[in-house]
Amino acid sequence: MAERELKKKSTPAREEEVVEETPATSEQGEKIKAELDDLLDEIDEVLESNAEDFVKSYVQKGGE
Amino acid sequence: MGVETEFGIIVRGAGESNPIAASSVLINAYVHDLARAGEGPRTTPKVGWDFEDEHPDIDARGFTAEGTLAPEVETHLVNAVLTNGARYYVDHAHPELSTPECADPRSIVVYDKAAELILQRSMRAALNVLPEGQEIVVHKNNSDGKGNSYGCHENYLMDRQVPFGRIVAHVMPHFISRQVYTGAGKVGTEVAGLTSEDVPFQLTQRADFFEEEVGLETTLKRPIVNTRDEPHADAQRYRRLHVIVGDANLAEVATFLKVGTTALVLSMIEDEFLPRDLTLAAPVAALRKVSYDLSLRQPLDLADGTTMTAIEMQWEYLDRAKKYAEEQGLECIGAPEIGAEVLRRWEQVLIGLESEPDSVAGQVDWVAKHRLVAGYRDKHGLDWDDARLAAMNLQYHDLRPERSLASRLGLERITTDGEVALAVTEPPHDTRAYFRGKCLQRWASQIVAANWDSMVFDIGGDPLRRVPMMDPTRGTEAHVGRLMAESSSSAELLDRLGQ
Repeated sequence: MAERELKKKSTPAREEEVVEETPATSEQGEKIKAELDDLLDEIDEVLESNAEDFVKSYVQKGGE
Repeated sequence: MGVETEFGIIVRGAGESNPIAASSVLINAYVHDLARAGEGPRTTPKVGWDFEDEHPDIDARGFTAEGTLAPEVETHLVNAVLTNGARYYVDHAHPELSTPECADPRSIVVYDKAAELILQRSMRAALNVLPEGQEIVVHKNNSDGKGNSYGCHENYLMDRQVPFGRIVAHVMPHFISRQVYTGAGKVGTEVAGLTSEDVPFQLTQRADFFEEEVGLETTLKRPIVNTRDEPHADAQRYRRLHVIVGDANLAEVATFLKVGTTALVLSMIEDEFLPRDLTLAAPVAALRKVSYDLSLRQPLDLADGTTMTAIEMQWEYLDRAKKYAEEQGLECIGAPEIGAEVLRRWEQVLIGLESEPDSVAGQVDWVAKHRLVAGYRDKHGLDWDDARLAAMNLQYHDLRPERSLASRLGLERITTDGEVALAVTEPPHDTRAYFRGKCLQRWASQIVAANWDSMVFDIGGDPLRRVPMMDPTRGTEAHVGRLMAESSSSAELLDRLGQ
């Protein structure tokens, strides 16, 4: 019960802002997606050449 | 406030290597590179750290630990104090950098990024002292993917009067729910008995490693709320809340929010402007449940019998913080515009996570990492336990600019290159780090030791002179800037301070 009341209280203000921000967000989303596609195309050049060895040899001592 | 980060370290091209030795080489290489370039102390190789006031075994609940492993102070390892007020040292088997004391969360982001530059320069400097073909590589992460974890600890100065139980009750639900934007992301899980089929990807590096609700440990049976009571300040007035549950972030907005929201929640706790009681029925299980839930929609059981999602809990804290801002202002976390920026960013990120998580890929590390790794997986039709995805999970955190994956993902900046570069050598002007850093810039050869709350000078002839700095809010530029500018020697400074 408490939870439902709480939601009712804070939802309206939030929804307004969602609507307001949607166009900008999706435009930005398109741009980010295009950039990600480009990155995925070229990422093999940056990635560690032997992933298996790299992951296997990456051993740390616990810290803190 | 301040942040201490332990970095992952490997030596490439060396076969077996000793991480303690490698960390020492890395830090010494940095210190010597500064000296060579004339940017650091020439006459002494480094200023030593003074351990007299280090007591990491004192418990905030008012007793000294019994039957638990109190952390030991390792005094023989490399320790350097930098002119920006930071401490750069070897802790256990990692290079660790503690930022100088900062007055607000934006300043933390600047010094956290400056720490990355310091580690980058250290790696370059180490190339000159290592045998041909070897390279020290540093990762800003918190786990090796094999069950070994190291921390990124936050520290918040608090009023000693606040009962510790009240802090625990109200900050624990925040620590559990803030993971939705503080997580640095991880491929798979390191909990025994679980596989990548159970947890292909999770929000945080650290949730796998927490087994207790409250306690003193940091290396075994880690607690969500750590009770180390070592204020590095006047213990009658202050406590330092030592937070070990967070991830190291690459995204500037994530660091800003991690520290900004937590400082706000702690201020509300101090001022008894308390949020609704959000105590969870099973905090340790909830910590993992949030981390494992990419849908962000799993309800968590509260102690009062109701349920809430992590995002709903964060809205609860945010709504309360907005009310707090209206009624009492936000000076508690710095200039008014910084507090307002925390509130604005906090709301933006929650809206984004709720509607379309990918929309906050520029602000939240786990989202940025997940998009990249999941995109690569789809493109090549890989299983979640493929070594290439595990390698990307590590390489996201590689601090070498030419290898870092995080730096290729368009993470939003809130700092400028100029201010971060300056913060490598200049201390913040608005905490006692100013006094520490400026003294080191001018009189390093006469400073025999320094720590968080004092400095020891040897000005010849007289006995060593210790300057206590028990109040982190004093020793600022406003407080001692003129005095320091007018003093032509450290002897004069000490005489005038003594008056």
